Amino acid sequence: MIEMLDVKKTYPNGVIALNGVSVKIKPGEFVYLVGQSGAGKSTFIKLIFREEKASSGSVTVNSKDLVQMKWKDVPILRRDIGVVFQDFKLLPKMTIYENVAFALEVIEQSPRQIRKRVMEVLDQVGLKNKARFIPDELSGGEQQRVAIARAIANYPKILIADEPTGNLDPDTSWEIMKLLEEINASGTTIIMATHSKEIVNTVKRRVIAMEDGLIVRDEYRGDYGYES
Amino acid sequence: MVMKVRTLKRHVKEGLKSSWRNSWMTLASVGAVTTTLLLVSVFLALMMNLNHVAQNIEEDVLIKVLIDVTATDDEVEELGESIKSLDNVESVDFSSRDQELKGLIDSLGDEGNVFSLYGDDENPLNHAYIVKAVEPKDTITLAEEIESLNRVEKVNYGQDVVENIFTFNNYARNIGLILIVALLFTAIFLISNTIKITIIARRSEIEIMKLVGATNWFIRWPFFIEGLLLGILGSIIPIALLFTGYYFLDQNSAMINQFEFITILPFNPFVWQLSGIVILIGAVIGIWGSIMSVRKFLKV
Ligand SMILES: Nc1ncnc2c1ncn2[C@@H]1O[C@H](COP(=O)(O)OP(=O)(O)OP(=O)(O)O)[C@@H](O)[C@H]1O
Ligand SMILES: [Mg+2]
Repeated sequence: MIEMLDVKKTYPNGVIALNGVSVKIKPGEFVYLVGQSGAGKSTFIKLIFREEKASSGSVTVNSKDLVQMKWKDVPILRRDIGVVFQDFKLLPKMTIYENVAFALEVIEQSPRQIRKRVMEVLDQVGLKNKARFIPDELSGGEQQRVAIARAIANYPKILIADEPTGNLDPDTSWEIMKLLEEINASGTTIIMATHSKEIVNTVKRRVIAMEDGLIVRDEYRGDYGYES
Repeated sequence: MVMKVRTLKRHVKEGLKSSWRNSWMTLASVGAVTTTLLLVSVFLALMMNLNHVAQNIEEDVLIKVLIDVTATDDEVEELGESIKSLDNVESVDFSSRDQELKGLIDSLGDEGNVFSLYGDDENPLNHAYIVKAVEPKDTITLAEEIESLNRVEKVNYGQDVVENIFTFNNYARNIGLILIVALLFTAIFLISNTIKITIIARRSEIEIMKLVGATNWFIRWPFFIEGLLLGILGSIIPIALLFTGYYFLDQNSAMINQFEFITILPFNPFVWQLSGIVILIGAVIGIWGSIMSVRKFLKV
């Protein structure tokens, strides 16, 4: 599903963010990416949906070679990958419904499909009754759930989350985790970068720990492993 | 590239929405396009009509070759043959000095009667060949070639008029072109700025579109449509003025046409063609302006 072989990434300013990363992630896995600030977690994640391109090595996602991939093929790759961020990235002037529908409209789904699917995912994240609200009228946790609804609307095989609970209080974070586990249970591969020791140590899953652009530890049912 | 009707509708709607939202910038860009196209259309109308006049005159330009009075009949015959053998000659007609005198007397009317005093032997005029070039624009070169032939005393043609019109046209064309190019760039610049504002206003939308896998063309289209719209809106006033202005000229063309050579191009198809050119230039400016900012901002 996702395979990296000796991947290096040097940014144009000379910073080496990844310095020889090799990893294999199988379909249906739930993976935590942990490590101190600047370790290269976000860079790792960006390589998967070709927000960034590896400087050397190979990156394969859904059997596609992302290093050789042409610009025009990137959109097709992204339609199979849902992405969630710390800051939600919702459009403030659109309603919750419109925010989710927008993601399907711009990949040219039919209006009938869109209507059906949007209500379905909003139901799945428990926000069907707030479809007409705008993001500002929702709590942080609810906004993140909208972002997740948008990310899974096109039935992606992979869901990537970069610190999805980074802006949320502990209680709300657990709600989000519950939701992500449900999505994972239905077969979607999840890769989540996080600084939350409680979450990693409580919901035991595969843990990939990074340090200075390298993978220093990779265990199933691992611990957070750092004092934070 | 096939596009679903629904998608096209969406792009047009988005393009219209942005133009409406940045109405001040839209107005400024449309104003710039309007000014540019107004000048372009006045200039083109003038140039095309001047060319038309010059052509009319040229087409009637005949070269009159005055033959040396001392030439023998054989030499006159020979000269006629040499002229015929030149390139670009359409016709060569001989006109004897008697015919020349008669023509002169006729053309002068009453005052010509003085010349009737000349008896046949006293005719001061030359025999002449009247030559016409195949292509009017070759008249000048042809005249020069003939001048160098044997037994030619002088060559006359309407050189002054034709040369003057052409020199004037050249100057007008160069000055007009510089002015128009400068204006075109101003218009393109303003349009690209308007689009840039739209793009900045929609940064987060574009970011999300890219994130969820919208194609680059899907993202670009509304901006192209906005640019196209600005360009075409800018051509409305110039075309309206072109139609009314030229219609007025055409109605009064009888007055203009009292001068023999000076006629204006007929309203139909000239105004239609010119309007086509104007709207095309408007569209090109608009699309060009949007390409400039879209390329820079979407870096896709
Ligand atoms: N676009 C960029 N241009 C240049 N350098 C970058 C860029 N993005 C990240 N870096 C650098 O690459 C290194 C790895 O950054 P990355 O964002 O992957 O870390 P991270 O593990 O996600 O950190 P955090 O936990 O703070 O989010 C850092 O030194 C960072 O400064
Ligand atoms: Mg990060």
